[in-house]
Amino acid sequence: MSDWEPKIIAFLCNWCSYGAADLAGVSRLQYPPNIRVIRVPCSSRINPKFILAAFRHGVDGVWVSGCHPGDCHYLEGNLYARRKFALLKSQLEYTGIIEPGRLHFSWISSAEGARFAEKVGQVVESVRAAGPAKHFVKKQAEVP
Amino acid sequence: MHSYTERIREAAKRVLLEKRVDGVIGFRKGTVPFMNEPFLALSPQQADLLVWDGNCAMNLANYLPKRTDRVAVTAKGCDSRSIVIHLLENQIRREQLYVLGIPCQGMTDKRKLADRLNGKGILGVEERGDELRVYGRGFEYSFERGEFLQENCAVCEHKNPVLYDELLGEPVAEQQVDRYEEIRKIESMPPDRKRLFFEDLVRPCIRCYACRNACPACFCPTCFVDEKKPQWVGKTIDPTDTRTFHFLRAFHMAGRCTDCGSCERACPVGIRVRLFTRKLEKEIKELYGYEAGVILDERPPLEAFRPEDPEPFLDG
Repeated sequence: MSDWEPKIIAFLCNWCSYGAADLAGVSRLQYPPNIRVIRVPCSSRINPKFILAAFRHGVDGVWVSGCHPGDCHYLEGNLYARRKFALLKSQLEYTGIIEPGRLHFSWISSAEGARFAEKVGQVVESVRAAGPAKHFVKKQAEVP
Repeated sequence: MHSYTERIREAAKRVLLEKRVDGVIGFRKGTVPFMNEPFLALSPQQADLLVWDGNCAMNLANYLPKRTDRVAVTAKGCDSRSIVIHLLENQIRREQLYVLGIPCQGMTDKRKLADRLNGKGILGVEERGDELRVYGRGFEYSFERGEFLQENCAVCEHKNPVLYDELLGEPVAEQQVDRYEEIRKIESMPPDRKRLFFEDLVRPCIRCYACRNACPACFCPTCFVDEKKPQWVGKTIDPTDTRTFHFLRAFHMAGRCTDCGSCERACPVGIRVRLFTRKLEKEIKELYGYEAGVILDERPPLEAFRPEDPEPFLDG
């Protein structure tokens, strides 16, 4: 298990966190390579189905990042998303589908490249501590 | 409870004769014990078939979405709250409805009774006030009805309808209970125990979707379980698929579930699916101070926000 590396899906809002990832890149900031970025139009685009599907397909962690409340490109998208996330996270942990430390949320603006790089590190460390996700991975039919 | 039957019939005939409604949705006697069936009475003669007792647990608000006629509907506390949700979500207009409010004394849990009788076949059941008389081949027992209430009725805080045009009885006393004792017990388990608990809970599930069909709040034109391309939820009884289904079904009820218990009652294998919805209900009450279906002029919690909403999901 020593060479295990966490696999993390990052849902980044097109208008802020995705820009922050870009800024971190052009600023040549170092951050771990464990995240796979999926660009979404707004953090409120995230449907609980997406997160469950990610875990079912075997990722070790999911990270959703959007604009700071009040700065949404669509004015109030993330304010709605906020309530959804609060319930989603508590319910996922309550039903034991994920352990604490696998699902992360953050608000990062497109000017916060350094914060983005720092946050990736925190997310990766937290998921690494939780270990490989095993219990909610759907077993595929084995083809002989 | 039998006194309600007469009042329901009287009111139903009256509203039908006055042409105030086109039909009355209520219950008529079912063919097997503990099963009254939902019934749409279209004439005063048919109204004589309407009955009321402790086996009218089904939530009749389920028959309201997208109706075009005018109907009267008998509504317990939970039904009336589901009606409020329908009104908020524009599933029916208030002018179409004539609500016959019924202060509810709780519904009988047929499973609890069957357990007590060790599976002896019950052929009939009768209610006399608080007494529940069951009989079958070679036995006859009398119980106190309060012992065999459905779980959701035992912790119900809205026995009286919150919305009605006519109340068919004196309001009953509301109880003060701790609704979330069991939920807190599960919350305090370590993550692994929680996982095992819920894995065991939904293991018997055969994905029949009875819980979805019985639920008044489930009325999407295409349910997420029937979607394909993309298909987000697997259709097999693989444990991850089943758990996804139960998780998402409950999540769709967030802020809309009135804890009427229809899902649990409909489940053919007795899964206690209210353990999912009640946690959401608790969270919403704690975070946003909202209770589903009680107020008509406030949007449901996931359709609204406040600038100062808490953000417990952010890391430290």
